[in-house]
Amino acid sequence: MKPQGRALRAAVLILLMGGFVLPILAGFGQTAGAAFGYLPVLGADSLSLEPWRALFALPGMATSLRLTLVTGIGSTLLALVLAAGFCAFAHGRMTASGMARLLTPFLAAPHAALAIGLAFLLAPSGWIARLVSPWATGWDRPPDLATVNDQWGMALILGLLIKEVPFLLLVMGSALGQLPLRQHLAAGRALGYARGVTWVKVILPQVYPLIRLPIFVTLAFALSVVDMAIILGPSNPPTLSVATTRWFSAPDIALILPASAAALLQIGLVLGAVGLWICAERILRRAGLWWLRRGGRGHPTEPGLWLASTATATLMAMGLAALCALLLWSFAWRWSYPDALPQSWSTKFWLSPGKGWGEALKTTLLLGLASTALSLTLAIAWLEGEDQAGTPRAGWATALIYLPLLTPQLGFLYGLNVVFLQIGISGGMGAVIWAQMLFVFPYVMIALSDPWRALDPRQIRAAASLGASPARRLFAVKLPMLLRPLLTAAAIGFAVSVAQYLPTLFMGAGRIATLTTEAVTLSSGSDRRITGTYATLQAALPFLAYGVAFLIPAILYRNRRGLLGTPT
Amino acid sequence: MSLNLTQIAVTPKAGRPLFAPLTLVISPGQVATVMGPSGIGKSTLLDAIGGHLAQGFTVSGQAVLNGQDLLTLPAEARRVGVLFQDALLFPHLSVGDNLAFGLAQSVTGRARKEAVDQALEQAGLAGFAARDPATLSGGQRARAALMRALLAKPLALLLDEPFSRLDADLRAEIRRFVFDHVRAQNIPALMVTHDASDADAAGGPVVTL
Repeated sequence: MKPQGRALRAAVLILLMGGFVLPILAGFGQTAGAAFGYLPVLGADSLSLEPWRALFALPGMATSLRLTLVTGIGSTLLALVLAAGFCAFAHGRMTASGMARLLTPFLAAPHAALAIGLAFLLAPSGWIARLVSPWATGWDRPPDLATVNDQWGMALILGLLIKEVPFLLLVMGSALGQLPLRQHLAAGRALGYARGVTWVKVILPQVYPLIRLPIFVTLAFALSVVDMAIILGPSNPPTLSVATTRWFSAPDIALILPASAAALLQIGLVLGAVGLWICAERILRRAGLWWLRRGGRGHPTEPGLWLASTATATLMAMGLAALCALLLWSFAWRWSYPDALPQSWSTKFWLSPGKGWGEALKTTLLLGLASTALSLTLAIAWLEGEDQAGTPRAGWATALIYLPLLTPQLGFLYGLNVVFLQIGISGGMGAVIWAQMLFVFPYVMIALSDPWRALDPRQIRAAASLGASPARRLFAVKLPMLLRPLLTAAAIGFAVSVAQYLPTLFMGAGRIATLTTEAVTLSSGSDRRITGTYATLQAALPFLAYGVAFLIPAILYRNRRGLLGTPT
Repeated sequence: MSLNLTQIAVTPKAGRPLFAPLTLVISPGQVATVMGPSGIGKSTLLDAIGGHLAQGFTVSGQAVLNGQDLLTLPAEARRVGVLFQDALLFPHLSVGDNLAFGLAQSVTGRARKEAVDQALEQAGLAGFAARDPATLSGGQRARAALMRALLAKPLALLLDEPFSRLDADLRAEIRRFVFDHVRAQNIPALMVTHDASDADAAGGPVVTL
């Protein structure tokens, strides 16, 4: 390893260990201690199983557990099936860039905003009910139906699907790009296998290993999501993550010990679900091989593909309608049931930032810009360190990047806040930026790694042979050539920061209000017009970031054909 | 001054040397040719001399240029230019800025622009300074790449199959253009190629790995 590479790598590694791994471990340690009765700040200092007894004695605990498992595993499974079906259907019918354009709004929209919009859409007093009433339904007042916050968690599953299917489509798309897809499809069909059967028997087994880690991320997320579950999920009893968040922030501090036990249980659930998933993989692999070896050419699978694609298209349409509903309500003034559109409009909420959204917007922007800039710098330092050292990324380093995405936030955030309290930095912007970076950095790193590696190394050698030092090669050649992926990674990071709920809530000690925390708080029953304003703003910020990431290279490199076209 | 290669061998980590140790003296203005079956490590040899060897390879022997062993220097300090199969002009810079990239910092102001303009004219690219490199033809790109390499005032030039992507007509023309410049600059050049006609045209010593 070359010396300058070693220094840079060591610096990045120390930063990551000190800034990321240690805090997560410390937070986890605090939580685990509290789960077994050890939390000296509360005067609890004897190890016992009492918190667990208390936890399972809490009302609704069994229902919460069941809800979490059903919504988490169910939504992930469904999302995988729908995404695979849509992928098979859309391949050859849609270009890669068309697909990317289609997916971007769903990837950019924060969970909370989408969930609020979906609630505006689906509620008995929501937009859909208004559109079909009274002429089709006869309702002249909202019916007494639980279409949102239903006790089975259907609305929550729907909300999760709208975010997860596009995410899985994105990772499938990039995995498919690494395969000789056309040749394999042609070979399969030449052997008499129908199009859909070729997908299932030939393509999917090759794609699956490449998207396994993102599937686990999806599964972990769906099992532990908080903001979306507050807005769309059942409220009494809620999913385990929501219940845990409530217990952590309850006025009765005696609940903190069972809440910690619940947080630990949350980690156990994710581990258990991933384990279960891996077992299912094994079984399916055997069954699949048996099925494959029988050599059945299968029935025409087009109907199945059509079904999956129609379902996916419906989900996307609902997502878009949900975002429109936000905008509509934020400009509504009088809108009585069951009119399809408001009777009168108003810009009152938009013109009064002093009522709260101005401050929240400023805080959100500041947090987003700071955490994104820091994460991007760290990611560049990491990748450049890899280049200079000339070594490929080790497996443990990839695991390190994915660690915060696979660990339920609840499992370590509260404990981390206890640590922050002890150091005396809790409740400040710095603490929130730090906590958000735990989730922004991994996404920035994942988004930037492939384009960075795709740079032609000979181009860098050419620069070196012209006498350019490593620093000049980085700043004058690599970074300008990577401008587009750099800005895309930044936009993704910014979107992740804007969407953060729990890190802001816990690390900000309730004192830092962002558009997200405000929107989630307002979503429970307050004025839809105000909620709509917050949620619209929350959704607009990531869109703006993506727009900037698209426009800057397009303008700067308008005369550079080699850098336009499809992002590398 | 000549480029003296003595007992150069490249060894992958945990493996045998790629080829028998190579000893070769290339005098100024001369183009030496290395030939051999693909996969034997011809390009790796050039990487070793230019300082671009990938992690996991070690080079032994000596490559002395201007009284100094190149193998101990970082790539950017070796003053060894490289031409690849592709021109590899930087896509974010104009043609003129590409050429200026390798100019010494001591060349400032008007002198920079004049040096670039003069080089463009020599390459038959007068007035192309502001152009997007992606809009050049294959032959124009190849000539611009050579000019970029020469403006950095290299003491030696490495040619990594630089003509293999060009069609037959263009190939002879660009080859003549490159070799003429090597002679005019009076620097040693080492070329790797598959094509015997390249070696004939170069006229220098030919080594088969």
